[in-house]
Amino acid sequence: MADQVLLIRGGTVVDETGERPGDVLVTGGRITAVGAGLEVPAGATVLDASDCLVAPGLVDLHTHLRQPGQEEAETVETGARAAALGGYTAVVAMPNTDPPIDSAAVASQVLELGRGAVCQVAVAGAITVGRAGARLAPLGELAALGVRLFTDDGAGVQDSGLMRRAFEYAGGLGVTLAQHCEDNSLACGGHMHEGEWSSRLGVPGIPAAAEEVMVARDIALVRLTGAPVHFLHLSTSGSVALVAAARAEGLPVTAEVAPHHLSLTHAELAGYDPLFKVNPPLRTAGDVEALRQGCRAGVVDAVATDHAPHPQEAKDAPLDQAPPGLLGLQTAWPVTLAALTDVGMTPAGVLALLSWQPARIAGLHPDQGGEQGGPVVAGAAANLCVLDPGATWTVEPDRLASLSRNTPWAGRTLTGAVRHTVYRGEPVVTDGEARR
Amino acid sequence: MSASLLSIADLGAEGIEQILRVSDSFAEVGRRSIPKVPALRGRTVVSLFAEESTRTRLSFETAAKRLSADVLTFSAGSSSVKKGESLRDTVETIAAMGVDAFVVRHPSAGAPAQLAGWVDASVVNAGDGWHEHPTQALLDCYTIRQVLAERDGLAVEDTGVGCFAGLRVAVVGDVAHSRVARSGVLALAALGARVTLVAPGSLLPPSLEGWPIAGVSHDLDAVLPDLDVCYLLRIQTERGAGSHLPSLREYTAAYGLTARRAARLPGHALVMHPGPINRGVEIAAEVADLPRSLVLRQVANGVAVRMAVLYLLLAGDSQGDMLKETVSG
Repeated sequence: MADQVLLIRGGTVVDETGERPGDVLVTGGRITAVGAGLEVPAGATVLDASDCLVAPGLVDLHTHLRQPGQEEAETVETGARAAALGGYTAVVAMPNTDPPIDSAAVASQVLELGRGAVCQVAVAGAITVGRAGARLAPLGELAALGVRLFTDDGAGVQDSGLMRRAFEYAGGLGVTLAQHCEDNSLACGGHMHEGEWSSRLGVPGIPAAAEEVMVARDIALVRLTGAPVHFLHLSTSGSVALVAAARAEGLPVTAEVAPHHLSLTHAELAGYDPLFKVNPPLRTAGDVEALRQGCRAGVVDAVATDHAPHPQEAKDAPLDQAPPGLLGLQTAWPVTLAALTDVGMTPAGVLALLSWQPARIAGLHPDQGGEQGGPVVAGAAANLCVLDPGATWTVEPDRLASLSRNTPWAGRTLTGAVRHTVYRGEPVVTDGEARR
Repeated sequence: MSASLLSIADLGAEGIEQILRVSDSFAEVGRRSIPKVPALRGRTVVSLFAEESTRTRLSFETAAKRLSADVLTFSAGSSSVKKGESLRDTVETIAAMGVDAFVVRHPSAGAPAQLAGWVDASVVNAGDGWHEHPTQALLDCYTIRQVLAERDGLAVEDTGVGCFAGLRVAVVGDVAHSRVARSGVLALAALGARVTLVAPGSLLPPSLEGWPIAGVSHDLDAVLPDLDVCYLLRIQTERGAGSHLPSLREYTAAYGLTARRAARLPGHALVMHPGPINRGVEIAAEVADLPRSLVLRQVANGVAVRMAVLYLLLAGDSQGDMLKETVSG
């Protein structure tokens, strides 16, 4: 596979160095030439990229692959296939599996499953044992396996003293802690954004303050310890303002937002449909606008999916009993493109948020010894996506590669499609279809 | 999907007025020596209560039986729900037996609305979480209209809903956790009443955007002299209201309708409560038993109003069709 010769022809190459028209020749898993009007070598497979952007593969900082423990919802294999179909060549698997990724044994299992997958599978480790928020997980043991991000995602670390020790310990290891910002005593078991709609619908809400107090606390802890923090799935205008202020102060703070928080509001819950239940919850139109502006202004570093598969029966339940989460990998590019071109961003700016910036946060960029998100130049690893920004398609849940069907975009028509994905020189997606 | 009653918002003033008018006829049935009509003979109504309830369940079941419907009673405690069956499977299983309506009480807001999407039968929301309790609001409106008609010496049948225009109503207490308040505010406002919410800040919903209210007050004493109706909500300690207050004693001191406070009401003002009453907390025992207190009358009217709702949803004649136009969707 890896010695296959590919010519990606007729597209516009976009990477962190800029944009230029050009063909990309791939041989033996690496890019061997980039330029206009390259000749087709004998035996080469030609991938048509006309009207397309040819970019480093997308990198998702926030994927729930559900393996081990919830294989009826997703597996590493199926999640990776959904990722490839979404233009991703790398995902970071979240540790809230069963058992959680809080030991070398479980981390190794997921990494091993990832070796045969159609995209790179990195893992995030848990900050605390069992994600229970009481004792530090073996961060050093996990870091030795190459784990670069740690999070108790699904829950925030509630204990400020413990979080301080985690920052101090992680700082010494050169790894980054990623926080799911949610103060449990304020979130109080809520099921949607606390505000106009929750008040009308009689549904217990999660106030914006539940997120913001933890963002503010962790910024104070970063100031105290000097260790970096990455904020997962920020959802409120207040959080964006806090991150902007921390950055202006020069603190090592990065932040991601999710495509659904850039595009949907709490009004979607009017019919109590659990497909729109997600944590953090869909918030107000003002929050959506603030997150978009945060992306445009460079306060937000990455768009990450929070791809969270759930089986049908789990979502066929009353709103307060259904688990939060929605599918994101196959819809991230068109949803993000639409949301951010709306505030004047270019496709290249959008790709920065989806590819090279998250690659750096994940520690997967070539500058860090990895092979994701780097410039499209001869000698680089051939992890590429070919994206058609103008193609429209309708989301049919049954046709998604995920084992689950919980997409909030079912039946909606999106603009922006993935034509091809090349992972380590192999065309794993061609013309929008998975090859394996 | 058949017609359902999920929220007062689906009805509008016209829909509410129609239900009140039909309720008049059924109130008359209730006064007969044999208070039963064959209107829904052959129809099957399932009373599905996934939460403790006595008065609402008995009221609906009495209503269905007086209409000659067959009534199946399902309570979550004794059912397959305890064996791990999902609500959807439970409901689809019952629906497969061939039923015409589900009367649903559920602790989850929105459960009746979801259920209406799963089955072809009609669904009546008999109270869902903190969301709504539409028939409570309808019977409260019916009761107000009945009392005002009597006071003016009119037959209730001859009274429209004009009596609600400008009616000054205070809804007092735990609005945040109250489905009665959500339905009540919508119904009273739709009919033209001016509703003021009176509660401590921690018992108000986080947002009142879009609520059709005249105002909010934290001072019951100041509001009382200008009221036509004082509607007291139950302090729902079982729904977590406890942690929202320093103590019930402090609540009663500021918001309880004590005898002394009730004396500040105008002579004509009515006192209402959806029950069950916490005597001595939101209302003093002697106030609850005053002639102006309509608590038992509310209960009595519940049956007629629920007969009207079931009849309009299920009878399938022209009146029913009109309701369907208003409530579906």
